[in-house]
Amino acid sequence: MKLSLWTYEGPPHVGAMRIATAMTDLHYVLHAPQGDTYADLLFTMIERRKHRPPVTYTTFQARDLGADTSQLFMDAARDAQARFKPAAMIVGASCTGELIQDDPGGLSRTLGLPIPVIPLELPSYSKKENWGASETFYQVVRALAPQGAERMQAKDAGPSCNILGPTALGFRHRDDVTEIVGLLEKIGVTVNVVAPLDASVHDILALRQADFNVLLYPEIALTAAQWLKRTFGQPFTRKIPIGVSATRDFVREVLDVAGIEDADPIDQIESRLPWYSRSIDSTYLTGKRVFLFGDASHVIAMARVAKTEMGFEIVGMGSYSREFARDMREAAAAYGLEALITEDYLEVEEQIRSLQPELVLGTQMERHISKRLGIPCAVISAPVHVQDYPARYSPFMGFEGANVLFDTLVHPLTMGLEEHLLNMFRDDFEFNDEAGPSHLGHASNNERQKSLEKLQHGEPTQGQNGEGKIEWQPDAERELKKIPFFVRGKARRNTEKFAAELGLAEISMETLYEAKSHFSR
Amino acid sequence: MSLTREEIRVPEFKGCRQRPVLRQRGQHEVFCGLTGIMWLHRKIQDAFFLIVGSRTCAHLMQSAAGVMIFAEPRFGTAILEEKDLAGLADMNDELDVVVERLLERRPEIRLLFLVGSCPSEVIKLDLSRAAHRLSKIHSPGVRILNYSGSGIETTFTQGEDACLASLVPNLPPEPEGAPASLMVVGALSDVVEDQFARIFEQLGIGPVRFLPARLADDMPAVGENTVFILAQPFLSDTARALEAAGARMLPAPFPLGANGTTEWFRVAAEAFGVEPSLFDTVTQAPRMRAQRAVENHRKRLEGCSIFFFPDSQLEIPLARFLHQELGMIPSEIGTPYLNTKFMAPELDALPQNVVVSEGQDVDVQLDRCLSERPDIAVCGLGLANPLEVKGITTKWSIELVFTPIQGYEQAGDLAELFARPLNRRTRLEV
Ligand code: SF4
Ligand code: SF4
Repeated sequence: MKLSLWTYEGPPHVGAMRIATAMTDLHYVLHAPQGDTYADLLFTMIERRKHRPPVTYTTFQARDLGADTSQLFMDAARDAQARFKPAAMIVGASCTGELIQDDPGGLSRTLGLPIPVIPLELPSYSKKENWGASETFYQVVRALAPQGAERMQAKDAGPSCNILGPTALGFRHRDDVTEIVGLLEKIGVTVNVVAPLDASVHDILALRQADFNVLLYPEIALTAAQWLKRTFGQPFTRKIPIGVSATRDFVREVLDVAGIEDADPIDQIESRLPWYSRSIDSTYLTGKRVFLFGDASHVIAMARVAKTEMGFEIVGMGSYSREFARDMREAAAAYGLEALITEDYLEVEEQIRSLQPELVLGTQMERHISKRLGIPCAVISAPVHVQDYPARYSPFMGFEGANVLFDTLVHPLTMGLEEHLLNMFRDDFEFNDEAGPSHLGHASNNERQKSLEKLQHGEPTQGQNGEGKIEWQPDAERELKKIPFFVRGKARRNTEKFAAELGLAEISMETLYEAKSHFSR
Repeated sequence: MSLTREEIRVPEFKGCRQRPVLRQRGQHEVFCGLTGIMWLHRKIQDAFFLIVGSRTCAHLMQSAAGVMIFAEPRFGTAILEEKDLAGLADMNDELDVVVERLLERRPEIRLLFLVGSCPSEVIKLDLSRAAHRLSKIHSPGVRILNYSGSGIETTFTQGEDACLASLVPNLPPEPEGAPASLMVVGALSDVVEDQFARIFEQLGIGPVRFLPARLADDMPAVGENTVFILAQPFLSDTARALEAAGARMLPAPFPLGANGTTEWFRVAAEAFGVEPSLFDTVTQAPRMRAQRAVENHRKRLEGCSIFFFPDSQLEIPLARFLHQELGMIPSEIGTPYLNTKFMAPELDALPQNVVVSEGQDVDVQLDRCLSERPDIAVCGLGLANPLEVKGITTKWSIELVFTPIQGYEQAGDLAELFARPLNRRTRLEV
């Protein structure tokens, strides 16, 4: 038994829903109670999909438990097939369905439905959403792909590949696919099938016709890619094209796997990131201390971007993807760090609090943590929220993706010039130290706690983390003014933070220099 | 003015109970009772709701909450794991540890609910025994109760019913010789509660207490001298528990809209022998205000048809309000569960030709809705966008549960909730 307040991943059957919903003619019959239908809103509200997910829930009730829940399942499966006429069906149970042990796979076999029915075993009490998506995609591929026709390739046709991994409810999957399909075509590779996003059952049959696979999201498609390699000898790519250098590496890998030997065409493909990063306005980005958390692939890729393409300093990184913990640990070790592998957001919050980064790259969860701690944050990974489905084209992958990344990472930070002005006019009434970047809202405070305390004790209490007034002694204040204006604001904040941590009520000249040495570690 | 038990007049429930009902059995597209925690934890401000369930339950809570606004929410899930189910770990020991850690971390908590889920029900984990055991360990600082919000037993707002019913046996007894008191039952937002309290005071009815109270130690007393009135329609178990504790129930429509609110107060006023002239004086001004506010939306809503998918159990009183006070035409009123006794006064105010449906077969019901093409459909979050795509304007029912809609001052807001989607439709030209 494990206490969970917020979770990074849903149960494994939600992963299966992401596969079914991604595809065009696959239906999912799920043995589950009525409350589990909440999962529909993830797709219709958060992702703004126009159709209900292709999922039939049996919605058994307590009174059915004594009677015949297997009959209920069979009726639901038969009705779903008749009503929706899918090309294939996946069947399984949610956590409660698993406990009543009705064997959806076996039951649907007895129905003799005129379509392929693929049973899923997704252990709800040990596995999670990404694993469920991965397992489902693998089972679908394994059941259907061998039935497809073998390749009848015209001699002069160029190399072709499949793109594996994009799903419904994925983080920027829709735009990543567009970007990568364009990139592959530019370098002379034909895209045979993209799956599971927008793929039909027929497309799955055609997977084996490609020369190789592009593995975009290992969390979802690694297992399927490995199986395709074993079964049909299709190699697959491992580079994740996030950032300029990684995209170049990816292109090189694709050319290599595809056996294209012509002149390197990637020099012609421009991204604005390198120049934007080198332009002097970006100098203020230098050495910004960054903490990253999210799914392993995005965090590993983004750490490289942060360090080598933005000039940031990585102070901590981690992931909730236990399945990819080893990759994560290796990547972190390369920066001299120890990866934080956890599903407990309180641990993540604790680490952010103690590291005090200047920028957090994380999930929606870290966005909320950062908001509370008053640290700028950009979302780089699932779990997602409605704002992670922007109306505009905004891939994370490929060269256009790199442009998006530059904007995404810079946006939460105080603009370079703006920061200088803030410091120069610090004493001006409109430009005080407390003014954050003008384009961001104010950090939230903990209203709930205060109102509760008021209710219980009749009196509000002081904020604990240094919001109380700390006095500057006159000599310390004078000393502070000698510090160059463009770092003065930071020095003041750091000193006050340092004093608050020590519980000091006053800042002396000594405190100022103690703080300076503390923060220049 | 205090009255004795004998001076309180408690009438019978009246109304037709023979209306034909369309009963459906198929896929239900509704939340389970766990969702009630969403508003209950805001209401009882020193309570913690610990779901004993699966990752699905935890995920439901965070998806329904929509945004993760609280540093540490006052609800959480003790997620059952493989080793618990395989009997490798003693679930009761595990639960004790979870509760102990939780209470250590949250010393401000005075009331802890262990909330049962489908998995805990199916494996027959006895949470009432656990609550009993844990209460002994943690009393007097923390009281520990249990109820089930499982999807195999409860639908959406029934979770609140189960929660409040679990509070009843633990309410303090009335002191000896207590005067007759009124208890208002059902979680209301604080602003509505305060308005109601003021009106009761002006009517000279008192003492008036609310269940649930805002703090665990302020829960109202119950006994023979208590009469209670429901502010929410989904509280049948709670009503039964209160009656078992000796309290008597006032039959009333629900306080939605100017009429509904007036009739609701009237029932209480008549029971407590308030002079009709005083009643009129007190209620007239707010009533007129409410009517004016509602009237502002009549132009947009009058004559529009409305289709309710079953969800919050507020559907029937809402339909009555929209029909009576705004001239809307209900076509189908779905409700997850029909309490014919409580709903009789409401149903009487509705036209005979309205289809009242109980339960759900969602695909078939969607077909009906699409063929009727109502001007507006009230539905859950999973159905709203897909219906909008097909040209049906929708109102999400969950907003009706989270927004203050009861009472005079909210009647206009309630009408506006239905007018806004239609208003929006007419503005957009893309
Ligand atoms: S329906 Fe049951 S299993 Fe699903 S979220 Fe509700 S209580 Fe949990
Ligand atoms: S409404 Fe009709 S059916 Fe119902 S009790 Fe009255 S007369 Fe009978």
